[in-house]
This record gives sequence, structure tokens and C-alpha cells, in this order.
Amino acid sequence: MSLILLLIPLLGSLLLFFLKNTPAKQVALAISLAQLAVTVAALLGFNADGSFNYEINWPWVAGAGISFRLGLDGIGMLLVTLTGLLVPLIIYATQNRLPARANEAQFYGLVLLMQAAMTGSFMALDGLLFYVFYEMALVPIYFICALWGDEDRIRVTLKFFLYTFAGSLLMLASLIYLYLQTPDNHSFSMEALYAVQLEPTAAAWVFLGIFLAFAVKLPLFPFHTWQPDTYVSAPTAGVMLLSGIMLKMGGYGFVRWLMPVAPEGAGQVLPIAIGPAVAGIVYASIIAMRQQDIKRLIAYSSIAHVGLIGAGIFVWNLSGLQGGLIQMLNHGINAVGLFFVCDILEKRLGHRQLAGMGGIAKQAPKFAVLFMIVLLGAVAVPLTNGFVGEFLLLQGVAGYNLWLGAVAGLTIIFGAVYMLRVYQLAMFGEASETTANFPDLDRREMLVLGVIATLVIVLGFFPQPVLDLTAASVEKLMAK
Amino acid sequence: MRQLIPLIPFLPFLGFLVNGLFGKKLTKQAVGLIGSGTVLLSFVLSLFCFGEVANGGALQTTVYEWLSVGDFHVPFGFLVDHLSVWMMLIVTGIGFLIHVYSIGYMHGDEGFWRFFAYLNLFVFSMLLLVMGDNFVMMFFGWEGVGLCSYLLIGFWYNNVEYGKAARKAFIMNRIGDLGLLLGIFLIFSHFGSISFLNVFSKTTGVAPEIITLICLLLFVGAMGKSAQIPLYTWLPDAMAGPTPVSALIHAATMVTAGIYMITRCNVLYSLSPTALGVVAAVGLATSIFAAVIGLRQNDIKKVLAYSTVSQLGLMFLALGMGAYTSAMFHLSTHAFFKALLFLGAGSVIHAMGGEQDIRNMGGLRKKLPVTFAVFAIGTLAIMGFPLMSGFFSKDEIFANTFLAGGQLWWGLAVLSGLLTTAYMGRLLFVTFYGEFRGTEEQRHHLHESPKVMTVPLMVLAALSIFGGLLNTPHIFYLPNTQWMTGWLSANVPAHGDVQHLPASTEWTLMFIATGLMLVVLFTTWLLYAKKRNVPVADAAQPALTRLIANKFYVDEIYDFLFVKPLEKLGTWLYRSADIRLIDGLVNGVGSGVQAFGAQVRKLQSGGLENYLVLMVGGVVVFLLMLFLR
Repeated sequence: MSLILLLIPLLGSLLLFFLKNTPAKQVALAISLAQLAVTVAALLGFNADGSFNYEINWPWVAGAGISFRLGLDGIGMLLVTLTGLLVPLIIYATQNRLPARANEAQFYGLVLLMQAAMTGSFMALDGLLFYVFYEMALVPIYFICALWGDEDRIRVTLKFFLYTFAGSLLMLASLIYLYLQTPDNHSFSMEALYAVQLEPTAAAWVFLGIFLAFAVKLPLFPFHTWQPDTYVSAPTAGVMLLSGIMLKMGGYGFVRWLMPVAPEGAGQVLPIAIGPAVAGIVYASIIAMRQQDIKRLIAYSSIAHVGLIGAGIFVWNLSGLQGGLIQMLNHGINAVGLFFVCDILEKRLGHRQLAGMGGIAKQAPKFAVLFMIVLLGAVAVPLTNGFVGEFLLLQGVAGYNLWLGAVAGLTIIFGAVYMLRVYQLAMFGEASETTANFPDLDRREMLVLGVIATLVIVLGFFPQPVLDLTAASVEKLMAK
Repeated sequence: MRQLIPLIPFLPFLGFLVNGLFGKKLTKQAVGLIGSGTVLLSFVLSLFCFGEVANGGALQTTVYEWLSVGDFHVPFGFLVDHLSVWMMLIVTGIGFLIHVYSIGYMHGDEGFWRFFAYLNLFVFSMLLLVMGDNFVMMFFGWEGVGLCSYLLIGFWYNNVEYGKAARKAFIMNRIGDLGLLLGIFLIFSHFGSISFLNVFSKTTGVAPEIITLICLLLFVGAMGKSAQIPLYTWLPDAMAGPTPVSALIHAATMVTAGIYMITRCNVLYSLSPTALGVVAAVGLATSIFAAVIGLRQNDIKKVLAYSTVSQLGLMFLALGMGAYTSAMFHLSTHAFFKALLFLGAGSVIHAMGGEQDIRNMGGLRKKLPVTFAVFAIGTLAIMGFPLMSGFFSKDEIFANTFLAGGQLWWGLAVLSGLLTTAYMGRLLFVTFYGEFRGTEEQRHHLHESPKVMTVPLMVLAALSIFGGLLNTPHIFYLPNTQWMTGWLSANVPAHGDVQHLPASTEWTLMFIATGLMLVVLFTTWLLYAKKRNVPVADAAQPALTRLIANKFYVDEIYDFLFVKPLEKLGTWLYRSADIRLIDGLVNGVGSGVQAFGAQVRKLQSGGLENYLVLMVGGVVVFLLMLFLR
């Protein structure tokens, strides 16, 4: 099953690269829906007892202890589900909205290639294999942003690429160092890397190397400066892939490939790392309050949200971890929703400046309602999906230190400040000349935002199945 | 009955869904019927619950487990006990009357269906708040009512100012909510549970300082929701919402959530004299401060808004004195007469074609006889005119303040009461007495409101008159003496013997307070009805009056201290810290590497493909090394 989950998007992307004259978007959508169906099947047959389901383990470089090993525990399954759910939504949402620059088939091929890489990284149980998938995901998103982004795309995307690439090289160095400490013939298997005991100095360096890779990817303050520019310049599908799924590789990495791998280093580095993570929440929120470009505003709000995810994981208690994981799912859903809202506004108005909006609620009541629901999820109103994650995360951080929890908790105030400002300036007030004829949602937009709004509410009322999925795996990790 | 409990909140939720999804296509009659009918059904079910609780004690039911992480369990559960069933009756009872009134008040509004959808969503949230059997459920409702308040304050969203008021309300509430949330976290980490019944039965093992901290954090939540200093400034602005909203949310129910919460947690508060002292002091200060501001407001709804802040302060004073049931008693009578006053004001505004400035009214008593009668009843009730509902509930607070706090606290509490009489007398006489000062067009349009609006007013008027019978003082020797105190004794355990002031002292205090009240009432009558004084334009007033009329410039001070600096910080962080400093450093590293790379340029073309080749090559070389080892 895990192999199928990898192969469907991988072969799908090859298909799209080679079949130039196919109706690419329909084929891509069909492939991603097939992947979703398999994901659902995997979920239905899933055994959430903390063990690895659907495991395959083939020797890859047998003599060197490197294997092609895939498997899914609850944590991996959660993120594979997120990927499987969002990719068809992203493809469907952005069809017909692509700048006509290059071959459309290539675009969808890249999207599916990225899905394959991300899915692989969430399933890999071998350190080197994980690294390969992790890097592999960078290539398609680079081309998606560099080929279909806005005017500034080349400079911005290169910086994004180099920054995250530099981070991953540090991770590779750490992983190789760890590998060399494994006994006998050495091994990159997850268990072998977990088992390595390091002396304090080495542990701190190993930890730092991996930490930086994921901190750049997530991104955590102060390693975030590639993110706003990249989000703003990326095409909508690209920014959805980045914020909805790809940055979760960072959060996932913390949980799977950092904390259990170098716990000896955690004690030394984390107390220092939690501070910036929490500070980043406040920092990015305050910046978000003053942004005029709605896409940049949401980019900064995303930094605040993932800062909280990072802090929740670093405190390494049950609430923080469970909250971090469920928030990765919910933030993914909400981010896709919010960036779709940006896209709807930009497509109709020709710009993204809040100052030039206003009065849209009256012109487009359906859009107003669905935007409001997505927004409520983003500001974590109870009984929306966003609340569950933030509630558990804040509980985790406050359980670690009440006052740190209080600072992190400022996000619920500031989040309301900047998001309600967006809604006020965009939707309320009197219509201007540009917004007076704002068309309401068409059927495609209605469907996409409708699905997202439904998820916002359903996951808000019923979060427990998601938490049950990851509970045993988290407890197993914490027992280490 | 237990199985039917979830229906009580979910019926209004159903109303919200139906009106929200299909309301646009339904007739106004149908929308109004669905909106108020669901709330009426909830009221009837609440009455049944009341009977059950009276006979058999508390009812508890769990719908499902909302969330469970390790030992942290949050059931979606309801607790219907003496306290919550009382709140349920107020919420659904007053709520129903206000829904009916709204059918008339909002009949010409194009957002009619939207209004009823929001109103039903509010009732649902408010019922979650009072019916939840644990702190997190209460928090759901707590934030839910805040959201509805936001949606309804900004109901007329074309108006930018209204939108600002709505955001201000939501954000100030969120400041309080953060305190409440931290309090809940602290409760779980020290009590190991968030269920009311578990927490209140395990207080012995928890350190007093922790309990004090918990109580203070919860109180921060109450300050936001119940508009106390320093978080009160949103409530007067919230008057931007349609008047029924002001009556239901910003007078009778939502803003009393803080009172409910502290009464609910009385076991904790009674263990912390410090927290009680803070509650009392903040309550009393707010009560006097808001009443002073109320003296110089000319917008009929603003006067009532500051009055609400002031009365809530009085309730917090009672809580701080440990007189939880007195606070609940005043909460109930206040719900009756303040809802009445707001709806009465709504009737006036309706008749005046949207006019809210009392300086442009006058002489309305002849044109709007029903509205005048009920408004006068509400005014006398809030003043504490002898034998009206407010008389009994205020008297109880004063007596308990004297008992627990002594003369000074009592004196200040009575002062707050006298200020209430002053601003309410002014409001009543300026609005309804003297000459009509509106335009000719307004005079022509003046009309009494339709039955659908006046009948709810009459019901509320009756409650405002007789509501005092809920809890008559022991010195009156009536058969129903202290009924409410007895009813709530299941939730508010008496500490030792019930203490009373000596009857002679209590009579004396009552006579002093009432006598002074009558003097002030007479004075306002003299000034505003007999001499027909009309408040002059703001600019023409002396400095002190102007200071009060401008609400002591508290909004401007907050703006200067918090809003503007945060905005400046946001701009500075973005331009200087983020772009120049942090990103500058990142780019600096990049340039440094580039400069270094110039030396080895032959190796690096700068093309991405080459980097990829290098990356793959590196892995390959590494693997080769392993083989050749």
C-alpha cells in the first residue's frame, strides 16, 4: 500500500511529462483523486496502535545498511492524508487560473512529482531515503515557482532554493555523522539512528544541524525571511503546496527525525530554541497587522501559526505534540482556503491591496459566508478546526511554562486583530468602483471553498478521530 | 428529560442553520416564526428541566467525547443544576421576548433573515456557556457569544464605524479570553480535570496561591466579557448594533457571563480573599466610574450602556463580598429591567425614525403612552424605587456590602446607586417630558410601536415590577423570603451560619439609601421635568463636564498607549528588523559566499542544474566511498 501511494503520483507525473498533448489538468485531477481514494483505503485499513503499517523494506545498498524502507504509523498517515486530501483540491482550484507561460502538462507533472516526494518523505523509515525524498520535493516546487510565478520570481525563488538547500545539507552532515556512529556495518535505518548514544558536544552539533534544516523549512523565526517573498511571488498552486503541505515536512521532521534522533542534544538546544519560536509568533503577528498586501499578510500570519506548532513540538509533552500534529492538518486546510481567497480577490480585482477593496460582502454574499468560515478557523474560534490545534498547543506550552504560554497565547488576540482587519477592509464598508461589480463565486470556487469550510466545521466538532490516529505513535515517541 | 437536554441548545442551532441557509428564500413571517419558535421551545424544555431539578436535583448528560489527549478529557457534556437552569430560563425566556420584539423592530431590514440567524446562533452559544459541565464547554460558549456579538454589532456592515466597534468588541473580549484560557490550563494542571464537579470537590490539595492565580486569571476573562475596568470600553461602542441586540446580548445575557462564571466557581473564589478583594474593588470602581460617565451622555443607548457597565460593577461588588446569590438576584432583575429599557429605547428610536440623541426628543410621553409607561417602570426599577424589583436586589447588595465590607464600601455602593438615579432620571425626563424638540417631519411620523413590540415590553414591565419577589429580605417576613438564596444554595454552599445584619440596622440602611434616592429623583425631576433643562452642546460645557462627556478620554488614552505603538512597531519591525536586519544578514551570507565563490567560479556556474548535479554527485560519491572502504 505504501508503495502504491508513492507510485501513483510518481508514475502520474512521468505520464504527464511525456504525454504532451493530453488534457493535462483532467488527467492530473484524476490521478490525484485516485491517490485520494487509495489514501482513504489506507486509512480504513489502518491500525493506529503505534506500529508501522504497510511496511516494505528492500535492501537498497545492502552492504552499507541503506534500505528502501517505507511504512506508516499514525503520524505519517496523518500527513499522507493531508497531502492526499489537499493535492486534488489544489489542482481543481487552480485549473484555468494558470499564467499561460509554459506547457500546462509540465506544470501538473511537477505538482504530482512534488506530491510523490512529499508522500515519500512522510513514509520513509530510512534516514538517507528520507533525505532523498526531502530534497526531491524541492526540485518541482522550484520550477513551479520559477516558471509560473510573478515578475520577481527568479530572484526570490533562487533564494528560497539556496536557503532551504543549505539547511538540508547541514541535516545531511548530521545524519552522516550519526550513521558513522552506528555499530558494525553501519545503518541508516530509523531505529539504528535512534539508538545512537552521543556525548553532549557531538549531540548538540548533530541536533543543531538537523534543527536548522527544519527550522528553515517550517520556517521558524529568525530563519523565515525567504518565506513572505516566496509566497507572494509564487503562483497560487505553488503557495498552496508550500504552505499547505511542504512546510509540514519541517514540523514532521522535528517529530520524527530530530527529537528522537538526538534527544541528548535537545536538552541543550531546545531551551534556547523555544524562545525564538514563541517570539516569532508575536513578531510575525505584529508585522501581519500592518500589511497592505493580503497575500503577504497571510504569509506572515502563517509564520505566526507555524511558530506555535514549533513551540508545541519543542516542549515535547502530549498536548504540545498532539496539538502540533493536528494543527499541521488544520493549518494546511486553512492555509489553502485563505490563499484561495486571495486568488479569488486578485483574479477579480487585478490587485491584492486591501486599500482598494471594501464592500464586497454585499456584492458576493456566498463568498462572504465561506470566507468568514475559513477566517474563523484561522482565528481559532471554538468548534472550528483551528481551535483544536491552538488550544492543545497553548496548553502544551503553558504546561511547560505558564508565562511562555501567555506570550504564545497573544496569538489569539493578534490573530483576531489582523484577520478581522482583512475582513473589514475587504468585505465590509461601502463598495468602491472596482468592487461594485464583484461577481460572486462560480461553481468551481463554490465547491472548493465549500469543501474547506465543511472541513473547518466538521474537524472542529469532531477532532477526536484525528487525535486517535496519532495518539499511540506519539506516546511511543515520548516513551523514548 | 435527560435525553432531551441537548435539544435545548441545539433547537436554536437548528434555527440558525435553517434561517442561515434558506432564510433568504423564506418569507419574513417564516423566518421570524422559526427564529422565535425554536427559542420558545427551548424555554419550555428549560421549564421542564426546572421542575426536574426542583424535584430531583442536578441532571448531567454527555453527548460525546469532544477531545481526549492523555488524561485530558473534554466531554461535550451538559450540567443542568440549580444555577444553570436559572440562567437557561433567563436566556431563553428573555431571549424569546426579544426575538418576538425583533420581528416588529427589524421588519423593514433587508438583512431580516441574517439577523434572526445570528440571534439564534447567539442563543445556542449562550446556552452552551451556561449549560456546559466543564470549563472548556463554557469556553466554547464564551467565545461563541463573542463571535455573535461581533457579527451583530457589525450587522449593518456598510457603515465603517460600526465595523470598527464590532472589531473592538471582539478583540477586547479576546484579551479577556486569553486570561480565561490560561486559567483553564492552570486548573487542569493542578486539579487534573476540567469538569466543574471534579474541580470543586478537590480543592483541598491545591496551594492557596495557585487558587488565587486561577481566580484572578478567570476574572480577567470576566473583565472582558462583562465589561469591567480596564476592558469596558467596547460595550458603549457595541451600541452600534440593532437595539434588540443591545437588549439581549449587551444587557440581559452575554455581559452577565462573568457573573455566572464566578458564581459557578464560588468554591474557588471563597478560598481566596485576595481574589475576592480584587473582584470587589474592580466592581465598585467600575460601577461608580461608569455611572459618572452616564451622567453626561446624550445618546439614549449610550446612557443605558454605561448604566449596564455600572450595574455589572455592582454585581461584581456583590460577588467580591461573597454574596454570590445577591449578584445572581441582581443579574436576574437587571435582565428584566435593562432589557425593558433597551427595548423601550428601541421603541423610541423606531418612532423617531432612527434618532438617538435625547436633546432632539422631549415630550414623548403623550405621543408614545405605552412606551412611556414601560420605560418609566424600567427606570424606577433600576433606580431601586421602593418595592420595584431593583429595590430588593440592590438593597440586598448594599446590606451584604455593609455586612462584609463595612461603612465605607457601603457608602460608595450607595453613591453608585444615587448616580444611577441621577442619570436615569435625567434620561427619562429629558426624553419624555418638556417640549418636543425634533424636526417637523419626525413629529409627523411619531407613532406608537405595533403590538408585536409592545406586548413583550409589557411582559418585561411586569417582571420589572414584581421580580423582587424572587428574593425578599428576611426583615419583610413574607412567605417567599429569600426564595432564590434557597434555590441557589445547592450551588452556593452557605459558609457556617447564615449571617444577617440586625433587623434594626438593615431597616436603617434601607431607609437612608431609599431616602437619598428619592431626594435625587426629585432633584432630577425638578431640573429636567419642571424647569425643562436641556443638556447644552458639548463645546459650551465647563471643562469638567466636557471631560465626563468625553468619557475621560479613555479610548484616546488606550489608543495612545497601545494601538498606535503597536501599529508603529508593526511597521518598524517589517521595514527595519525583518527586511533590513534579518533578511539583510541572510543576503549578506549569500553575498559572502558569492565573493568567496568568485575564487572558485570555474566550478560553479550559478545555474541551478549544476547544484542539483552536485547534490546528486555528492550522494553518489558518498555511496562509492562506502563500497570502496
